[in-house]
Amino acid sequence: MAKPNPTDRKYTKEHEWALDQGSGVVVMGITDHAQELLTDIVYVELPKVGKKVKQMETVAVVESVKSVSDVYSPVSARSSKSTAGSRMSLS
Amino acid sequence: MNINPEDFFFSGDGHEKTPLFERHQKLKATMIEFGGWCMPVQYTAVIEEHRATRSAAGIFDICHMGEIEVRGTGARDLLQSVMSRNLDGQEIGQMRLSVMPNVRGGIIDDLTVYKLGEEHYMVVTNAVTKDGDWEWIRKAQKEKGFRGVTSGTSATPRARSICRGRSHKSSFRRLHREILPPLKFYHFMSTEVLGIPSIVSRSGYTGEDGFEIYADSRRIGEIFDALLSAGTPTGLKPVGLGARDTLRIESGMMLYGHEMDETVTPYEVVYGWLVDLTKEFTGCEALRKQKEEGVKKKLIGFEMMDRGIARHGYKVFGNGREIGRVTSGTFAPTLSKAVGFAFVDRTHDSPGAEIGIEIRGQQAKARVVPLTVL
Repeated sequence: MAKPNPTDRKYTKEHEWALDQGSGVVVMGITDHAQELLTDIVYVELPKVGKKVKQMETVAVVESVKSVSDVYSPVSARSSKSTAGSRMSLS
Repeated sequence: MNINPEDFFFSGDGHEKTPLFERHQKLKATMIEFGGWCMPVQYTAVIEEHRATRSAAGIFDICHMGEIEVRGTGARDLLQSVMSRNLDGQEIGQMRLSVMPNVRGGIIDDLTVYKLGEEHYMVVTNAVTKDGDWEWIRKAQKEKGFRGVTSGTSATPRARSICRGRSHKSSFRRLHREILPPLKFYHFMSTEVLGIPSIVSRSGYTGEDGFEIYADSRRIGEIFDALLSAGTPTGLKPVGLGARDTLRIESGMMLYGHEMDETVTPYEVVYGWLVDLTKEFTGCEALRKQKEEGVKKKLIGFEMMDRGIARHGYKVFGNGREIGRVTSGTFAPTLSKAVGFAFVDRTHDSPGAEIGIEIRGQQAKARVVPLTVL
C-alpha cells in the first residue's frame, strides 16, 4: 500500500495537499495515493503564472490514459510558479 | 481531484462474472463494468500492459463476448441472408469477419463467422450486442422459413481466453510451439489444449499476432493458468480492457459502440470491403444506394499536434466550422502521441488535412492520418 502522507502539510478530501512556506507562499500538489490510482499520467495542464483561483476551484488538469481529472486548489491563491514535479510519470 | 472511487473499487455486484473472475481478483486487477460484465481494466498499469503485449505477449479475458451457434440444413443460406460478407468459398476451419446490417444498412454488429462444418457455424459477437444479434438471426430464420436450422447461444457457455503477442518474440513463440497448435491467420481448429477440448483460432484485436481459445467455462481457468505461468518468465503479462483499448486504437481497429452503431453503415467506416453487393442480404438495397450516392460522413484517424488527449464526444472543427465528433481517443504508448478516431464531413477526410479538436473549451490542432486496416 501507499506510504503514509507526510504530516507537514494539509490535505483536502480530494487528494490535494497544501504546504505553507511562510510569507504568504503555499506549495500545492496531489498525493502519491492519487497518482497511484491514476497510474498512467500522460499530461498535466498547469495554471499560467498569475492565474487567480478560489478555494476548491479547478486549478490544474491531470490526464491519465483512461481519464481526465480536475485538480482543486486547496486554498484561494494566485499562481506564482508551476512545474510538473519529478514524481510525475510523464511517459 | 475528481477521482471517482467507483472507477477504482468496483465490487462487481449485480454484474455478470466471467469464469476467470477469481483469478483477476487474485492478480489484484482493478475491475470495472463493461457491457454488463465485471471485467479487469488493468492489473498493474495500462502503459506497462500495452508495452508487454507489443514487446513480448499479453493474455486477455474475453469471456464476455458472445457466441451464437447456427446449424442444420439452410444454416449457410440463413447467414448469407443476414451478413454483408459473402460466405461463399469459406472453407471449414476458416473464419471471416463480417457486418450484420439492419434494413437501412446500419451496423447491428461486427462479428466473426467460424465455419465449423457444412451447415454448421459459430458466430462470435460483441458483448453488448449478443442478445440483439441472436434475436435478429431468429427473426430472419422465421421470416425466411429456414425450418431446418437451429440457432442458440451455446448450452455449455464456452469461455475464451486469449493470448496475443509478437510472433517473433520468444515468449509468444514458445507458447505457440509448446501449447498452441500451428494455424494460419484467420483459421481455427477444434483441438485439445493441455488435454482440454478447445477451439483455437489465430486472430486478435491488438495489431499483433494472436490466438483465441474457446473451452468449457469450467476448465478455461486451467488454460489461463498454464499460459500465464509458461509465458511470465519471458515477459507475458495479463492485460486488462484499458490496454486492450490503447492497443486497438493505436492499430486503427474500431470498437462497436464507439466507431459503429445502428446509425453507421460499413461504407462510413472502413468496412466497405466486408460488403458484397452482388448477393442479396438484409440492408443490401440501402447499401447499394449509398454506394452510388456516396457517404456524407466518414470515419478518420487523427493524431494530435498540440498537447492533450481528444476523447469520445469531443467536437471536431475544420476551417472554423464544426464538422464532427471524436469517437475514441487515447494516448498511444508505442507511438508516444495522442491519437484517435472521429466522424467528420467529407470536406476534411483526406490524410494530412488539419483539423481542430475542442479540448476543455480550447481548440487543439490535429492531423488526419490514414486508417490502417486488417
